[in-house]
Amino acid sequence: MKSDGQMAIPTDWVKSERQVERERLRKQRSRRSSSIATVSTILVIILLFWVFTNSPGWPRVQETFFNSEQFVNALPEVLSGFLLNIKIFLIAEPLILIVGLLVALTRNLRAPVFFPLRALAVAYTDIFRGVPTILVIYLVGFGLPALGLQGMPTDLATLGVIALTLSYGAYVAEVFRAGIESVHPSQWAAARSLGLSHGRTMRYVVVPQAVRRVVPPLLNDFVSLQKDTALVATIGPLDALRQAQIHAASTFNYTPYLAAALLFILLTIPMARFTDYLAARSQKRRGQ
Amino acid sequence: MSLLTIEGLWKNYHGHNVLRGIDLTVEAHEVVCLIGASGSGKSTLLRCVNLLETADDGTIHLDGEEITDVRADADGVRKRMGIVFQAFNLFPHMTVLDNITLAPRKVHKVGREQAEAQARDLLARFGLAAKAGSYPDQLSGGQQQRAAIIRAMATQPRLMLLDEVTSALDPELVTEVLGVIRELKEGGMTMILTTHEMGFCREIADTVCFLDGGVLLERGTPEQIFSNPGRPRTREFLQSVIDARRL
Ligand SMILES: Nc1ncnc2c1ncn2[C@@H]1O[C@H](COP(=O)(O)OP(=O)(O)O)[C@@H](O)[C@H]1O
Ligand SMILES: [Mg+2]
Repeated sequence: MKSDGQMAIPTDWVKSERQVERERLRKQRSRRSSSIATVSTILVIILLFWVFTNSPGWPRVQETFFNSEQFVNALPEVLSGFLLNIKIFLIAEPLILIVGLLVALTRNLRAPVFFPLRALAVAYTDIFRGVPTILVIYLVGFGLPALGLQGMPTDLATLGVIALTLSYGAYVAEVFRAGIESVHPSQWAAARSLGLSHGRTMRYVVVPQAVRRVVPPLLNDFVSLQKDTALVATIGPLDALRQAQIHAASTFNYTPYLAAALLFILLTIPMARFTDYLAARSQKRRGQ
Repeated sequence: MSLLTIEGLWKNYHGHNVLRGIDLTVEAHEVVCLIGASGSGKSTLLRCVNLLETADDGTIHLDGEEITDVRADADGVRKRMGIVFQAFNLFPHMTVLDNITLAPRKVHKVGREQAEAQARDLLARFGLAAKAGSYPDQLSGGQQQRAAIIRAMATQPRLMLLDEVTSALDPELVTEVLGVIRELKEGGMTMILTTHEMGFCREIADTVCFLDGGVLLERGTPEQIFSNPGRPRTREFLQSVIDARRL
């Protein structure tokens, strides 16, 4: 400090000893926490392993679920079935997004001419959110072909895609609607006051903001969709679950199911981590 | 013919009358400043003029056309006015430049290049040239409000409505926004504004209107209203402002 009461202007930052000490303590602490985490994880794994392998039924479970020979035998076919799951997922996902957004937008139409459309959209979300996905798959898989309409698809996987789209479309529509409603009313007022119509306000101002907000919950729905593609097996196409069933039925060994389960996990885990990452990022951006 | 004529305007929310028979005319190039306590109906009046609220009675004419007519084209009317609110004006997912060019391009069908050139001219005029590519959350509050005013200007409105555009700002940012409004007045823009900055109101207004409980109680030049208010309520209000050191 200078004698005339003015503060000295700091020149360059040289880390003070206090700060050096602080950082050393912080490092020491984080090293300690990670070693505690490692040790406790190892202990828990050993304990779980011990409980399982010492249970009375373990030898039989090991033989029927963890049979490495059966695993190797079944894997190629389960894997080829799994490709169908991926295909169903990749086709259903964009369709679901389109249906969901259209339904959400329809529910937001205000003009009275659109009343029938609006009512239809409400009925659709109410019905398809209420009916279990597996029932929708049965009804579409066996009901649609029975109508015998011209041009109606009969391919089982296609019917599966239609059923999943109907079922998930209703959920995704609600996610989009929540996103649209979360955009501050002032944004509506600002856009309308510039002369933008309802449609243009939606398109350029509200929907872009809504979509950004609902990406994490949407991805979460898609993690769930990835595994629900296995429900399509109930109407017959040869997906991973169906292939595993066929194997298990001929050998009386359940290891193929484990193989299918592993494949699904391998697909969903990266998606789940990506969802976490996006959620954390948007959290951080809002926190600023 | 006056640019804006409001006659017998009533507005109520849930049976509570917020505007009670407002009569007000605004001439071209006139700057009208609405003052009054919080809740006296200033914002509601501006929102009615912009058709963001539907009037419950009375008429509003813009350039001789009745805009309160149920058959009037609300989007078409709003194209001829700009309004800026206290906050939440800019679209957060667009750059400043895109915010400003959205209405000219999508509503007025101006080509992208021309719209952007005009936007950059305006940004330069109001000292924001460097911020064209920034997103709203990268700007200070004062810069955001300036950008919002520029956006409202970009469609060359007949009338600007400014609702407490400095109220959400830190005191040192207020000056720069007031500077923009001053510049608009020099450019001949017709404006209705509400503000708590009485000093600024006195300086910029051609006409000051005092609203009290939804009634336009007094109207006059700044000298009349501030130096020699005719009504006890006006005097009381100005006294309370002085007590709060805002004058
Ligand atoms: N959307 C609304 N619903 C119900 N009451 C409202 C609404 N907007 C404003 N009001 C009421 O109208 C009155 C006037 O509000 P406002 O015009 O915002 O006043 P000012 O802008 O002068 O502070 C207040 O009593 C307020 O509570
Ligand atoms: Mg207000």
